Amino acid sequence: MSWETVIGLEIHAQLATQSKIFSASSTAYGAEPNKQASVIDLGMPGVLPVLNEKAVAMAVKFGLAIDAEIAPRSVFARKNYFYPDLPKGYQISQFELPIVGLGKLEIELESGDTKVIGVTRAHLEEDAGKSLHEDFDGMTGIDLNRAGTPLLEIVSEPEMANAKEAVAYMKKIHSLVKYLGICDGNMQEGSFRCDANVSVRPKGQEEFGTRAEIKNINSFRFVERAINHEVNRQIDLIEDGGTVVQETRLYDPDRDETRSMRSKEEANDYRYFPDPDLLPVEITQDFLSQMRQKLPELPEQKKQRFIEQYSLSDYDASALTSNRATAEYFEEAIKLESTDPKLTANWVMGELSAALNEHNLDIEASPVSAELFATLVKRIEDQTVSGKLAKEVFEFMWQGEGDADTIIEKRGLKQITDTGALEEVISTILKENPDQVEQFKAGNDKIIGFFVGKVMQQTKGKANPVQVNELLQKLLQA
Amino acid sequence: MSISDDDVKKIAHLARLHISDEQVPGYANNLSSIFELVEQMQSVDTEGVEPMAHPLDIVQRLRVDEVGETDQRDKYQAIAPQTEAGLYLVPKVIE
Repeated sequence: MSWETVIGLEIHAQLATQSKIFSASSTAYGAEPNKQASVIDLGMPGVLPVLNEKAVAMAVKFGLAIDAEIAPRSVFARKNYFYPDLPKGYQISQFELPIVGLGKLEIELESGDTKVIGVTRAHLEEDAGKSLHEDFDGMTGIDLNRAGTPLLEIVSEPEMANAKEAVAYMKKIHSLVKYLGICDGNMQEGSFRCDANVSVRPKGQEEFGTRAEIKNINSFRFVERAINHEVNRQIDLIEDGGTVVQETRLYDPDRDETRSMRSKEEANDYRYFPDPDLLPVEITQDFLSQMRQKLPELPEQKKQRFIEQYSLSDYDASALTSNRATAEYFEEAIKLESTDPKLTANWVMGELSAALNEHNLDIEASPVSAELFATLVKRIEDQTVSGKLAKEVFEFMWQGEGDADTIIEKRGLKQITDTGALEEVISTILKENPDQVEQFKAGNDKIIGFFVGKVMQQTKGKANPVQVNELLQKLLQA
Repeated sequence: MSISDDDVKKIAHLARLHISDEQVPGYANNLSSIFELVEQMQSVDTEGVEPMAHPLDIVQRLRVDEVGETDQRDKYQAIAPQTEAGLYLVPKVIE
């Protein structure tokens, strides 16, 4: 039987506010345990939550960016469950009236086609604290610094048909929240994480199969692996005569498997109700138009502008704008030395990206700044260095040896442009290799590669290949 | 609609309330009569009436996003049953 997969994602994006969603505690990462947990975060009796306006503004910006309906009135609700990292006994979240309603997002598929994925809703809620299970001799240690950190939970429609689409969607949301400046997107620190709802059904069947929810996946690679694993598990299970139960599963990246966390029988009954401590949130038309004006240029708009303004291909423009920092780096570089956009784009996506990948760095942390980078592209463009030697210059630049001119000078990497000097080198080589010269004269055109190689060897790669070819042709036919 | 003894036990479990077996029928009775009241209210025609989330007809005031809390961990932890290395300790809760 052939099977069809249905995937929906719930993404939690930590909003980049200074203070928590309902208290004035700091949200900075990495503080000593419980030093950023106030009476409100601790759930002391008699305290009142007061909503952070920045968190509201950020949620609204997200809604506008995905073309969603923004609720003129939204309501906070209590989601009740008992767990020690949630000292109140409930999480303040949104249920019936979320701040962001139905929106949509376009993803690019591997085939090059695009697909629109619906975003069911996005709502504001507070994060829970952290539990540490080791080292406390039968006890669990609780750190409530993270409790009350604002989250935007972004819920997709069940419209993704495979793990690759789910990853494309997650990357798109990741890029978007970073563009909007509402989330730092740091997955190691848990600022951006996702739960995946996965089900399978026989091809052609209308209704959905029973789904399992895979919790807390914190990397793009794991999303793909966890979903693929879960799909195979469900298909194997059904084909062996079993049934999928609705449950929460955890992905274990070390073993590459998912395992059951809790089953439906024990599933939580959250008993949501409107939080009496918080009044309905009103979003006025005025506020909406303010937010609309504050929206930055979004990835899609930036891509179109790059295509028009810099005559870049769709592919190049997509790659450069897939994250905001890369796009800004590129634009800064071409502005500084007014280098050719296409050449600059090639070097950003080639040498620079490769080096960043190799060292596992974000472009923000690149040891080669846009300013330095521009000096190199300029010297490639005016042919001071050959493409091959430019790679060496880049290496030295990466190691902190300064701008292109300094490195070229210091390392003697300047391209030889003096025709006389080159002619001399070539003449000597021709004299030393009479056999090959004979072969050329006998009609073996390919032998020219041999001479080019020799010239490059002699000049340590500093000759311009085009010029070498021209001179060789001239001198060989003389 | 009436509430069964099992419903009472389930709700009590979810709310982490300890209710003895003898107390269950009493709660079932009381909770059922609340439902009767709700049923009575449901006969009112509410067509076109917006559900109200809060008895006050005003909207939420917002707070400026500024850090205004200082570290008072020592004070808070002085009244905690058990702490270690800055953490609150609770009975082990691993699933």
